[in-house]
Amino acid sequence: MASDTVGAPGVVDARASARGLPRRAPRRDGPRLDRPVRRTWRQALRRDRRLYTFLVLPLFFFAVFRYLPILGNVVAFRRFRPGSSIFGDEWVGLHYVRMFVQDPAFWSAFWNTVVLGGLTLVVVFPLPVVLALMLNELRSRRFKRTVQTISYLPHFMSVVIVAGMVFQLTAAKGTVNQVLTALGGDAIAFFQDPTWFRPIYLTSEVWQTVGWGTILYLAALTTIDEQLYEAARIDGANRWRQTWHITLPGIRPTMIVLLILNIGSFMAVGFEKVLLLQNPVIYSTADVISTYLYRVGIVSNSVSYATAIGLFEALIGLTLILSANAISKRTVGASLW
Amino acid sequence: MSDVTTREVDPGRPRAVVPRGVRPRDSRGYTVFRVVNATLLLLMCALVLYPFVNVVAQAFSSEGYISSGQVNLVPRGFNLTTFHVVLSDDMFWVNYRNTVVYTVVGTAIAMALTTTYAYALSKKHLKGRTFFIGVAVLTMFFNGGLIPNYVLVTTLGLKDTIWAIVLPNAISVFNLLVMKSFFENFPDELEEAAAIDGMSTYGVFFRIVLPLSKAVLATMVLFYAVAFWNSWFSAYLYMTDPHNYPVTVYLRNLMAGVTSGTTVTGGNLDDATQIASNVQSVTMLLTVLPIVCLYPFIQRYFVSGVMLGAVKQ
Repeated sequence: MASDTVGAPGVVDARASARGLPRRAPRRDGPRLDRPVRRTWRQALRRDRRLYTFLVLPLFFFAVFRYLPILGNVVAFRRFRPGSSIFGDEWVGLHYVRMFVQDPAFWSAFWNTVVLGGLTLVVVFPLPVVLALMLNELRSRRFKRTVQTISYLPHFMSVVIVAGMVFQLTAAKGTVNQVLTALGGDAIAFFQDPTWFRPIYLTSEVWQTVGWGTILYLAALTTIDEQLYEAARIDGANRWRQTWHITLPGIRPTMIVLLILNIGSFMAVGFEKVLLLQNPVIYSTADVISTYLYRVGIVSNSVSYATAIGLFEALIGLTLILSANAISKRTVGASLW
Repeated sequence: MSDVTTREVDPGRPRAVVPRGVRPRDSRGYTVFRVVNATLLLLMCALVLYPFVNVVAQAFSSEGYISSGQVNLVPRGFNLTTFHVVLSDDMFWVNYRNTVVYTVVGTAIAMALTTTYAYALSKKHLKGRTFFIGVAVLTMFFNGGLIPNYVLVTTLGLKDTIWAIVLPNAISVFNLLVMKSFFENFPDELEEAAAIDGMSTYGVFFRIVLPLSKAVLATMVLFYAVAFWNSWFSAYLYMTDPHNYPVTVYLRNLMAGVTSGTTVTGGNLDDATQIASNVQSVTMLLTVLPIVCLYPFIQRYFVSGVMLGAVKQ
């Protein structure tokens, strides 16, 4: 129990007993015994009417801006004309699904999404673990804090700024090309050549997320019992074996939860960043599902077609997160819920 | 357990280690490792900071040095022409003001909705609580998607108004859950005492709970404010009139070549090459300046906010 809250109950209890009320042990969780647990809705609404008024506006928000668009996905199966309701005009069945299944541009975007999402998971996901372990070996508190402060900074940059930095560094006379020519190579037109999009995207992603990604691991590291290290030292384990057998298992639950969440957002790969970085010349690697459906739905106004693609993408995401969670529950016993 | 407070999981604090004198002497291999480790971390810091340094250097350099690829760490041919031009561009200021307005209004609305909902959800005796939590959490895993949201906002007639940016982003479920777990740990006894003294739920919430939650409220304000400050896509999607753009879209259009140095100068070609060479750097610098300046002071609030959320999840 947190030390700063222990004082409060005593004070209140003293007041309560002074008024002749029964003294209760402070209780945090579970039903309160002094109140009936089961109440009808009418009783609940009368008793907590003020509390329920707090729910009205947020529930309205969720209904209009979250659940209405979910229902709006029916336009994937209905024809939509400008000016019709958000649910479209008439049923057309699987017309738009058939359309994107036969669309080569969709499949190109689909595989680009899979590759980019997979690379992000393989390259970007493990790096914060490594960085957290490196930070954990630092003894100077000030040095550690400085490194953390610096490495968190990119997280707070707008994606527009990140894209601007990428363009500036990879420009014809930018720093990257200066280094390349200094090493005797040729300058590269990075945004004219599809092969460079993935490395550039991944690098910018690492730059922006690796520091901030360590926070949860560093928190998990503080909870590992110091006695385990002591026991390992007595048994003659060196620092490396301590890391392998104590530290890594200690942060495993955090890693698994983050991995599941990352797998869930696999299909949504940094939409805004990709949109800012891509151009028609490099669509063959840089066009992902979300940017493709943005062009189809907003730029070309094929609302139903783009909705069908979006629904497909969302269903894959949902399937991925549910199966990752189920697998993890069965194999390592950790899950999101 | 959920009783862990922010202070106890401060990641900046090193693990309690054996007192210095007691620690066995490092093996030679470990000493080498520590040197390598520290060097690598220093190198990483340099790489993280380099893009910022490069932006600053270019922003103050003259065109000749930039286009011949000689500007990296320090400005060369110190030059403020582009600053003068950008800072005297009316549209830049209109867009900058929009960013401030969107951030302030958006954060205020988001805070109002998030705190009230989180407070109600934190009451375990509230009938229907599980349902109300589910309503929020489900949207983390399934959302309507870009196109249905776009159609909705357009149909509601919110295009080209501030509400297109503010309303669809009014509650972040992550922030909601952070606040909820904070309120759940709020000592019941304080609220009960206030209730016994005759305060209504509103009184307890506004006069007892909120004043005692300043730290977490500050964290949430920062989370929302940075998100609104940095956002560009909602505005890009829903704003058709350049007078409604936030500064992020102003910058994006510069980068995409939609607007150029000559547009900014209003057709004045005198300094056109100089402006074309670093107008983006200058605008980037001016956009990130508030965040970078505030960053050292607000960083720890973000860290504690993430912790607070992590404890429950």
